[in-house]
Amino acid sequence: MTVRASVDGIDVVVPEGTLIIRAAETLGTFIPRFCDHPLLDPVAACRMCLVEIEGMPKPQASCAVTLTEGMKVRTQMTSQVAEQAQAGVMEFLLINHPLDCPVCDKGGECPLQNQAMTAGRPDSRFGGPKREFPKPLAISTEILLDRERCVSCARCTRFSEQVAGDPFIDLLERGSDQQVGIAHDEPFNSYFSGNTIQICPVGALTSTSYRFRSRPFDLVSVKTTCEHCASGCALRTDYRRDFVMRRLAWEDPAVNEDWNCDKGRFAFTYMRHGRLSAPLVRGSDGVLHEVSWSEAIAFAAKGLSALSPSVAALLGGRLTNEDAYSFAKFTRLVLQSDNIDFRNRPSSGEEADFLAHHVAGTGLVVTYEDLENAPIVLLVSLEPEEESPIIFLRLRKAYRKSGLKVAVIGPLLTRGLRKLGAQLLSTVAGGEAATIDSLLAGDLRGSQSVLTALKKKGAVILVGERAASSAGAYSASIDLANETGAKLAWVPRRAGERGALDAGALAGLLPGGRLMADAAARADVARVWGVEPSDLAVRRGKPQEKILREISEGKIDALITAGLQISDAPDVDTFKQALSEAKFIVSFEQRLSDVSSYAHVILPVASVIEKGGSFTDWEGRVRHFNRALNDSPAVSDSTVLGMLAKEMGAPNTGWRIDEVQYEMAKLLGEGPTGTKKEFKRAGAPTIEAADVKAPPSGSAVLSTWHQLLDLGVMQGPEEHLAGTRRPSQVIISPGRAKQLGVATGDLVTVSTVNGVVTLPVEIDEIHEDSVWLPMNSPGSQVLVTLKAREGATVKVAKA
Amino acid sequence: MPQPLPGFITTFVAMFRKVNTEQYPEQAAKYPPKPRFHGRHQLNRYADGLEKCIGCELCAWACPADAIYVEGAPNTEEERYSPGERYGRVYQINYLRCIFCGLCIEACPTRALTMTTEFELADDSRTNLIYEKKDLLAPLTGEMVPPPHPMVMGLTDADYYAGLVTGPDER
Repeated sequence: MTVRASVDGIDVVVPEGTLIIRAAETLGTFIPRFCDHPLLDPVAACRMCLVEIEGMPKPQASCAVTLTEGMKVRTQMTSQVAEQAQAGVMEFLLINHPLDCPVCDKGGECPLQNQAMTAGRPDSRFGGPKREFPKPLAISTEILLDRERCVSCARCTRFSEQVAGDPFIDLLERGSDQQVGIAHDEPFNSYFSGNTIQICPVGALTSTSYRFRSRPFDLVSVKTTCEHCASGCALRTDYRRDFVMRRLAWEDPAVNEDWNCDKGRFAFTYMRHGRLSAPLVRGSDGVLHEVSWSEAIAFAAKGLSALSPSVAALLGGRLTNEDAYSFAKFTRLVLQSDNIDFRNRPSSGEEADFLAHHVAGTGLVVTYEDLENAPIVLLVSLEPEEESPIIFLRLRKAYRKSGLKVAVIGPLLTRGLRKLGAQLLSTVAGGEAATIDSLLAGDLRGSQSVLTALKKKGAVILVGERAASSAGAYSASIDLANETGAKLAWVPRRAGERGALDAGALAGLLPGGRLMADAAARADVARVWGVEPSDLAVRRGKPQEKILREISEGKIDALITAGLQISDAPDVDTFKQALSEAKFIVSFEQRLSDVSSYAHVILPVASVIEKGGSFTDWEGRVRHFNRALNDSPAVSDSTVLGMLAKEMGAPNTGWRIDEVQYEMAKLLGEGPTGTKKEFKRAGAPTIEAADVKAPPSGSAVLSTWHQLLDLGVMQGPEEHLAGTRRPSQVIISPGRAKQLGVATGDLVTVSTVNGVVTLPVEIDEIHEDSVWLPMNSPGSQVLVTLKAREGATVKVAKA
Repeated sequence: MPQPLPGFITTFVAMFRKVNTEQYPEQAAKYPPKPRFHGRHQLNRYADGLEKCIGCELCAWACPADAIYVEGAPNTEEERYSPGERYGRVYQINYLRCIFCGLCIEACPTRALTMTTEFELADDSRTNLIYEKKDLLAPLTGEMVPPPHPMVMGLTDADYYAGLVTGPDER
């Protein structure tokens, strides 16, 4: 349905329900506005967008009136009335505005500043005292509020309520006292709070970390991709000289729309602090010494050549596609080994099979748009707000707009899931497969509507990487998808995992999901790499956990690691033992890490702003980004691998970023040179659902996942951001609380034979047999302290 | 008169006229630059010694030669360099680039940046010609106290901007 109307005497035909302000935009007419935002509900709070509508006695706010058939609208371009109305509103807005542009962070990119120039008076007629507030007011450790500058447009409060679902800020008081504020003792600790700074049309909201740091004209903006999670946000990275000053969300309607999360926005200083500038080689004295690149490469090449093919590569899931691809190629071609794994986290053989069968090299199967239009989204082992925040935002948008049904197979309805109006199919960790089976069999109480919705066209199942800790969950998800016809997508947490999988950084898999064992696929890859199929490694490699065990057993001698943290590994002790027993370790690092103390050679590599490349988000969408700091001497992992390859007598070409991208396009079927061929795919995993036994008295089944803001290394030295973390707490059920005799806030211990975590308790409707802990938060490092993964049985007691 | 003569006479007479040439450096003191001469910049202070510069970078914005580099930073209660929230932590003028047009002076909202008449800026090193904040700050005169120190008791930043500060705090 369309309507025909006229704006400034020009006929427009727009879909029914189009706001006047949007219709004017299609003509290229910009009506000044502050409160209007295309992704927020109209509110007409600022009154700046007044236009004249024929037949209406007074000017109307064009951001809140939809165009109707035959309506004649005249904007400030043709109407004296509209122009005067806007000038009047601007004068009112400026009465209480402090005009402290020289000290305001928004100065130079401020809609109020700009529109005061176009619609304002050259001088003020107001002589009285202006409204004054103490400033700045810290509404969280990261966000500062300057109430004098506020024009009460309510963009921030509407964003928090509508988009993020965190109504922690609101307009308080009335009249000239009206101000944005928080509840007493309840700071604005939303994961999406940074977006309010970006959409604030004045300088009322600023961030602690960017405060007074620079001006818009100092900054060079580069479109980049966020390296923090697999959501794939487009970011605007603003740098001045050699330093990144800030990051903003870059508008990308297909992925992150106008938003991003606070981790992506504020956690970037890790790229600056403690960076290695020169390669380090462990001398005969056992100490790391700075050496030249040529010396380090020669040393590393000698060590690797001597031990090849008894070598393994562990990548850690944080690499760009290009770097992961180069590692995959280097391992197969130069090291003659297939021992490569990108999963430095609890993983499983079932997961590897699932990925090879269902995910690797499949391209875009489920997109954000599919989530928005789905009749139902079923989440398995996935907590979207914590693990993939942009999925959360898109689900919430669909939930608000069209009542999207979200169902989740997990232990509890978290705050994030409640904001999605999700239905819980309650299970303990490890019982996911059994729950799916009974959902399919139709004997799960209250799940009939879920099953019916899953059978509708466009239904989506999202399975998170934590399913690896639940035997049979991946297999059952495939069954469920096959039975219902729903689309199934895998959502990893780290930005580099999907890309590394597609690039073939997993044992048995070549780029694009090609099977090592498939002769035709091998030949195809060898042709692109310019070698004979027989030049590629033949013996099928091992996953990370087996690799580590084989190092301890002396079956694998050398190790290449890239961006790895021991503390992320599912079994920290085995990892440490393997590292101490490996004969030779080459570590690719940006900064010293917990692997460094074991490494024989440390090769410093570029961070994401110092190299071009791409990440693949959970959808399978390749997110290219350009190099931001062009003057940086840092080199990418691919380049270093090229140097190593040359030193080890392998082909010297195909390691430069453009060559890598050319090869990847050929193998993965992207871009103009891409010719995607279909090869034999791996079979689906068929792991039976595990028998879930009730834990013994005094014990519970551990559920755990990473909180968005936690002790992650890349959130490093950003203390303002750390201040907005959610508190670390244990979640137990009311029944268990009664049994233990604890009330909210009391200390509770969760223990295994390896260690104890003591945290305040939160009582929530969690599965009776479950206990929840944050995975890597202050006071609760599950993998390090308890040495337990999700689904383990732990003791819960009153502290 | 034969043709060359008037020319020679003019030259000969000129030899006894008063000369306009000023001898530099011998007579430099005798002919100081005019007060409005655009010379080296100066970062001014309030009467109590606090800096006027708020690090707003409007001078850098106005500069057609991109000669000015400023980094702002927040004042704290413990460490205050200027009245108000913000001060210029880094202030550099590159005299290899500066064209002495004075647009920066016009842009300065607090009259922190003015120009002196000093013009003897020649140097044999490029780095020396990038003047830092310490080179540009006006000397402490009279009762001025070197910052960081608090604002005068009872005065606000607005009072400072209105010129109400007359000297350092009695304390």
